Amino acid sequence: MTTEKQNWPLYEVFVRGKRGLNHVHVGSLHAADDRMALTHARDLYTRRNEGVSIWVVRSEHIAASTRDERDPFFEPSADKVYRHPTFYDIPDDVPHI
Amino acid sequence: MSDDHVYMTLAEGHEDDTRWAYGTGFEDPLHGVDTAVPDGVDAGELAALCVTLADDALVSAQRLAEWTTRAPELEEEVALANIGLDLLGQARMLYSRAGQVDGTGRDEDAYAYFRDPGDFRNVRLAELPGGDFAFSIVRLLVLSSWRLAHFERLTAHRDPVLAAIAAKGVKELAYHRQYAAEWAVRLGDGTEESHRRMRKAQEQVAPYLGELFTAYDVRDEVVAVLRQVTEAAGLPMPVYRPLPGSGRIGEHTEHLAPLLAELQGVARAHPEATW
Repeated sequence: MTTEKQNWPLYEVFVRGKRGLNHVHVGSLHAADDRMALTHARDLYTRRNEGVSIWVVRSEHIAASTRDERDPFFEPSADKVYRHPTFYDIPDDVPHI
Repeated sequence: MSDDHVYMTLAEGHEDDTRWAYGTGFEDPLHGVDTAVPDGVDAGELAALCVTLADDALVSAQRLAEWTTRAPELEEEVALANIGLDLLGQARMLYSRAGQVDGTGRDEDAYAYFRDPGDFRNVRLAELPGGDFAFSIVRLLVLSSWRLAHFERLTAHRDPVLAAIAAKGVKELAYHRQYAAEWAVRLGDGTEESHRRMRKAQEQVAPYLGELFTAYDVRDEVVAVLRQVTEAAGLPMPVYRPLPGSGRIGEHTEHLAPLLAELQGVARAHPEATW
């Protein structure tokens, strides 16, 4: 057998918990294809009864902002308090805010 | 979302359970099930059936656990260990049931750790050394297909405990079979080398098929599953050449005794120990 081995691509895993409203990034794994990534995610990230739904996506398909962009991206919103709805009273029976 | 910590978020709704690292929201599959042996059920036969199914599971679990630190990929190692732990869980419940009904009052450890190879009733296929990954996949495909077909029937067993154990096991076994089938297709329909190894694994497993099918009548169903997978994998159905003897009557290969020696060593060296 040759020792040459192709590395499986990296996938990012998102799991939605039992009461969770959205999928949460839980980690990453290697898999040969999408189907295997799902089964690996099932075995690696939901075996302690955490999840009811799994998303996997090839890591290379995620576009991410860089550290260099941090200031122009996020700094301008830091002093604009009027963008937050903090001047309203939220009724107790309105969930998920 | 109350917290950025992912596991806190996942565990939401189980705030009363502070030990989230051990899992949350578990259910006891035998909760509320009547443990009395129903009229018309032969307690001896029921116990023997439970032990047989438990022995298959325990020995398979041990072989699967041997892949830990040796599997081709970290992810596969966890997958194989998970499957082994599912089977170990089935074995524990089945041994406990056997001890309840056979009159001896033995606990699960008594069956697992303090019986000798000749007392085990697992099929010999389960005890063969792991060897190649392809062999483990073919064996897992055969054993999980057989066990799933058999457990599906057992969900209607007159003993409510065995029926409940089977109902829990069916979901686990469906995943085991799917896992093995996906790998069988991937390897059989993969490279020349993976195809060759799958052929070899089939030839190693085939002589032991007869032993599985003599005990319970799920043969046609299992063969249909195996045929479907092998066709999808571009593999031939192996020639059927049954070996004489059977693990079901305590006749085992030379491989069972070393397996049990490793499995039972600590428990026998320190009987009554707890940890």
